[in-house]
Amino acid sequence: MRDTPLSRFLVEFRRNKVAVAAALLVFVIVLIALIAPLVTPQNPYDLAHLVLRDARRPPGYIGTGRYTHWLGTDSQGRDLLSAIIYGLRISLQMGIIASGIALVIGAIVGCAAAYIGGRFESLAMRIVDLQLSFPAILLAFVIAAILGQGRYQLILALIFAQYAYFARTAHGAAAAERQKDYVEAALSIPLSSWRVVLAHILPNALPPLIVVATVQVASAISLEATLSFLGVGLPPTEPSLGMLIANGFQYLLSGRYWISIYPGLALIIFIVSLNLVGDQIRDQLNPRLRR
Amino acid sequence: MLGFILQRLWQALIVVIAMSALVFCGVYAVGNPIDVLISPDATQDIRAAVIAQYGLDQPLWHQYLSFVGRILQGDFGRSFVYNMPVSELILSRLPATLELTLAAVLFASLVGIPIGMYAGYKPHSPISRAIMAISILGFSVPTFWFGLMLIMVFAVQCGCMPAGGRGETVSLFGVDFSFLTGDGLAHLVLPALNLALFKFSLMIRLARAGTRELMLSDTVKFARAAGLSEFTVLSRHVLRLISIPLVTVFGLELGSTLAFAVVTETIFSWPGLGKLIIDSITSLDRPVMVAYLMFVALLFIVINLLVDLAYAALDPRLRKGRA
Repeated sequence: MRDTPLSRFLVEFRRNKVAVAAALLVFVIVLIALIAPLVTPQNPYDLAHLVLRDARRPPGYIGTGRYTHWLGTDSQGRDLLSAIIYGLRISLQMGIIASGIALVIGAIVGCAAAYIGGRFESLAMRIVDLQLSFPAILLAFVIAAILGQGRYQLILALIFAQYAYFARTAHGAAAAERQKDYVEAALSIPLSSWRVVLAHILPNALPPLIVVATVQVASAISLEATLSFLGVGLPPTEPSLGMLIANGFQYLLSGRYWISIYPGLALIIFIVSLNLVGDQIRDQLNPRLRR
Repeated sequence: MLGFILQRLWQALIVVIAMSALVFCGVYAVGNPIDVLISPDATQDIRAAVIAQYGLDQPLWHQYLSFVGRILQGDFGRSFVYNMPVSELILSRLPATLELTLAAVLFASLVGIPIGMYAGYKPHSPISRAIMAISILGFSVPTFWFGLMLIMVFAVQCGCMPAGGRGETVSLFGVDFSFLTGDGLAHLVLPALNLALFKFSLMIRLARAGTRELMLSDTVKFARAAGLSEFTVLSRHVLRLISIPLVTVFGLELGSTLAFAVVTETIFSWPGLGKLIIDSITSLDRPVMVAYLMFVALLFIVINLLVDLAYAALDPRLRKGRA
């Protein structure tokens, strides 16, 4: 293998067994979510397949469909395992779409501020800092409450709550790059400002953004679940993991624990794995720990 | 220093105005509060009377101006649902939330910082690894799910803790507090633990990261060379140097704990501000929503200001630069 920064990065990453296991787990979970219709015994959104007689059965129950509900069923008679996998799919979708758009917006704002400088930079960064001083959950909660329930409203709320993290990171990295000689050289050729920002500054500002992105996808999924749990997130027709947990809450006190517990476990396993991977990448990129 | 404070106050004012316009427009653009206020079979006269009474027939900008005017006089309007002044309603719910928030933040700091410092001091010991595992879990477990677990384990399975409510309260200076009675304290433990989890993990992580970096620094080398005991090095030098980010976070977390209190209060039916805002969102009680959001925004602005000042007080470099 050639000795590139990426190959060195991978070699170092492989030394942390926990992070490798977490990365594998993330990969498997994403894969299962992608091929959900092929691996689940039931399509939980197809009302024709839901039998109310099967509702709220404990794990291991064999229902009218003549297959075992390994994790039990929920209050609508959905097979919980299928519902969790489909819910994971929705949660992932929301997390990736919202974080992705937030990443693009944040990168544009941050790089533009660092490149243009002056009043625009101080105004843009002031707004970003101000937003960062409010907790993301509060911002998302306010926006979601104002806009009402729905997919797009929720994505908008998540983007609004998250772009500032990306903008801050991109600005820091881009401002450092802006000072370097190669940027001066590129400008003196002269290349257009757009080209310098997109082709020269942005690639060098990317590594810290990737670290932030892994953590932010996890936090977007968690935020989405929290908002859905509070009843200001997704509509109940296609439940995400948060919605499944919320639906099970009322049965928790009567001992039907599985409706809330298993979706929660799925959520946590995924978020923990994602955070472990993000942590390892961050530690590897932190120059202050290299002595 | 004075110029710095004035500049921050001026910024804060702009933010408040922007927030009020945003919140007002956003909140008043959703739903129709008249449907909540009057039964569908009320006569047209009653309908018109109620609309006029709440000023809902005025154009939006007019409603906003009169809203700002009333706020300046300390009047946030009347709640549609509770039919009492919103300011009274919020003040009556505030102590419960403050009590919960303080209990959570204190627990998170007093327990989280020492064990985080230990994890940074001995980063490779098994105990430190366990501490970090707890911290990662604490970051990843959504607050509401952790709350459900607490209820399931301690209230349903073992039955030793109450699952919701505030329990018996004692009135002190005209305000009700739970932590002064045994029953109230028992009701406080689970919600406070639930709310503390995230801050706890954050404190561990910050303390660990700070300590780990500082242990490699010249400060620590020289302190050790001077013959100070490890405990003195940690408590006198390291703790003081990591305190700047910790204070910032402590201040900011006070505010965000208030935000997370929405979740905890919903789960544990804790009768505080968070439960009030959720109830008012579902019932479209707009004056309460607007007042709550304004209140939280104000609170954050004040906290940010205080954190900046604390920064200046803790870090001599900043004090000098701004004097």
